[in-house]
Amino acid sequence: MPRIEANGRTLEARRGETLLETLRRGGIRVPTLCHYEGLPPTGACRLCVVEVDGLPNLVPACSYPVVEGLKVHTHSARAVNARRTIVELLLSNHPDDCLYCARHGNCRLQDLSEELGVRARRLPGTRRHLPRDVSSPAIVRDPDKCVLCGRCVRACQEVQGVAAIDMTGRGSGARVDTAFGEGLNVSSCVNCGQCVMVCPTGALTERSHLDLVEGALRDPALTVVAQVAPAVSVSLAELFGEKPGRDVDGALYALLRRLGFSRVFDTAFAADLTIMEEASELVRRLRDGGPLPMFTSCSPGWVKFVETFYPERIAHLSTCKSPQQMLGAVIKAHFAARAGLEPERVFSVAIMPCTAKKFEAQREEMLEGKLADVDAVLTTRELADLVRRRGLRLGDLAPEPADMPFGRRSGAGKLFGASGGVMEAAIRTAHHLVTGGELADLKVEAVRGLEGVKEARVRLGDLELGVAVVSGLGNARRLLQEIDAGRRDLHFVEVMSCPGGCIGGGGQPIGADPAALGARLQALYRIDGAETVRTAHANPAVRQLYAEFLGEPLGPRSHELLHTHYDARTVLR
Amino acid sequence: MNGPVRSVAEILAAHPDRGREHLIPLLQEVQEAQGFVSREAVAELGAHLGLPSSRIYGVATFYNQFRFQPLGRYHVQVCRGTACHVKGSQGVFQAIKRYLQLEAGQTARDGLFSLEVVACLGACGLAPLICVNGEFHGGVDADSAVKILRRCRREAESA
Repeated sequence: MPRIEANGRTLEARRGETLLETLRRGGIRVPTLCHYEGLPPTGACRLCVVEVDGLPNLVPACSYPVVEGLKVHTHSARAVNARRTIVELLLSNHPDDCLYCARHGNCRLQDLSEELGVRARRLPGTRRHLPRDVSSPAIVRDPDKCVLCGRCVRACQEVQGVAAIDMTGRGSGARVDTAFGEGLNVSSCVNCGQCVMVCPTGALTERSHLDLVEGALRDPALTVVAQVAPAVSVSLAELFGEKPGRDVDGALYALLRRLGFSRVFDTAFAADLTIMEEASELVRRLRDGGPLPMFTSCSPGWVKFVETFYPERIAHLSTCKSPQQMLGAVIKAHFAARAGLEPERVFSVAIMPCTAKKFEAQREEMLEGKLADVDAVLTTRELADLVRRRGLRLGDLAPEPADMPFGRRSGAGKLFGASGGVMEAAIRTAHHLVTGGELADLKVEAVRGLEGVKEARVRLGDLELGVAVVSGLGNARRLLQEIDAGRRDLHFVEVMSCPGGCIGGGGQPIGADPAALGARLQALYRIDGAETVRTAHANPAVRQLYAEFLGEPLGPRSHELLHTHYDARTVLR
Repeated sequence: MNGPVRSVAEILAAHPDRGREHLIPLLQEVQEAQGFVSREAVAELGAHLGLPSSRIYGVATFYNQFRFQPLGRYHVQVCRGTACHVKGSQGVFQAIKRYLQLEAGQTARDGLFSLEVVACLGACGLAPLICVNGEFHGGVDADSAVKILRRCRREAESA
């Protein structure tokens, strides 16, 4: 165990760790900017520089390997002065428009300037006035606000294996950009929003649909309906200062009614619907011989990833639309008729933990010659913004139920919010489809948890299935490479684009505690455990929808409304 | 520039080693053969080396030498070396940019001119210096440099 001395205190270091890790465990806070938990250090921003006795230069703690006997001064005049100058330089060409910035109040640059006592613009710099990239339906890039920390580049390349963006140019002309500086919408970007999650400033934000939704809510000619994804109810409270893991399900429906939504539906209902279709599709593929493994299709980032990087695997994707799009479709096709509304006058809003859902809602196949299934998508963050715009608060509201006919869900549907949830829900129902009976234990432990890759062998009567659950597209790419290399033991693969699944989605609270993901996950498990109906096929609302309207899973009406197709994408990748 | 243009596939075939350290030499060969680094070339290089296009573009844009558009009929190089700088090449460069309506590295839409900034042309005695299609023009100022380019335009129009 190496020992070091930091600010006069002796700290026990662990072999192989960085100086920053030792200092943090010892309770010594060194400010960082380019550092991000879970991403490899680059030492790019130099904010974490500290003074080490015997070394002529300051060293970046984030990438300096700790060795026996270091004498470190983290807050010497020289170190603090260097840090302050770095922040002053970053601010020198930064647009002074905090008051208009989406990240006002949740900005690393603001925090640092506060923390280091920067109170005047000492270094006037040249502004660049680069054009914003507004080409993407999901993500907006504002290069003027970029501090070149490279966190987005690392998230995109190393976590997601997408690499739509990289550092380009040099020196004062350096910027984060796509290949050939083309817009995000024509790049290999899959809209997952993990770049937005790690951006310390307002350089990366979601494309806001807030004004669109507010306009619809104020339009007397429209009936505005909402659906809420499973992950939102266990995350929203964090944006109102509560600790992670609180479920605000009922209060959320009450809130949406106060905001003016005429009906509030539960996307977890549509998750059950998805499972009816997808489990049936899986059983059919198992009987007809493929193509296997079947890949889930509820994560729109993953779908675009396959279309972009593995077009030869498109046939493996389930043809099921995602729950968002399924619910959108039955809202306009069934609910509207039942309620005596013209579908053109129904404005359908999806509230999602996701930025890629904005992209999915406007995919061409979802619009071809018909009404959009979903008219606008708000992220969890945007919902919180909307609530604040209306002067409402989450805490004050008594819980209310969601509206029928799409307001009942099973515990299985709620599990969709976490990596492994679709798999667990599908196994419960596929078991029923194959054997006619129920699993003795509905909990499928092997596919639970936050690990990026989970695998299991599952028995459905006489059938034994190989299943894999991956989250994070980098993990998905590695699995696809194994399959390409000849791996044949898998029948069903769940992929969620974002690490941990939708609870870690690109539309979720930014800057959350790393432990928040686990708390959200446990909240979903608790909800499932407490439900009386825990399988999709036992959901009475789903049964009723099939009896009244859809017919049977994979039937003609399902095929028309609930299934879709995919196309290879020719972009620079 | 004699004979048929070597294709990227031919260049790659001559480099079976797929280590990423070959990226820069390969970019240079591609540009040498084709005059610039095209989107298609980047895609092929990426597939060969297992590198994303964004990474290749990022590396290539770090260096001034790589171009992403074909050369113009008149390729204008403006020397921004130390001697030329001292003798006022910044003003020459600005005047040329204004006249051509181009930034360094760009080619005009009509394909007539392309503009490049070079660090030193090795003829410091002639500073400040521009070079058009390999022909050196020394001791220029903003006006005389633009005059040279006007002459090129007239020549192209009368041809």
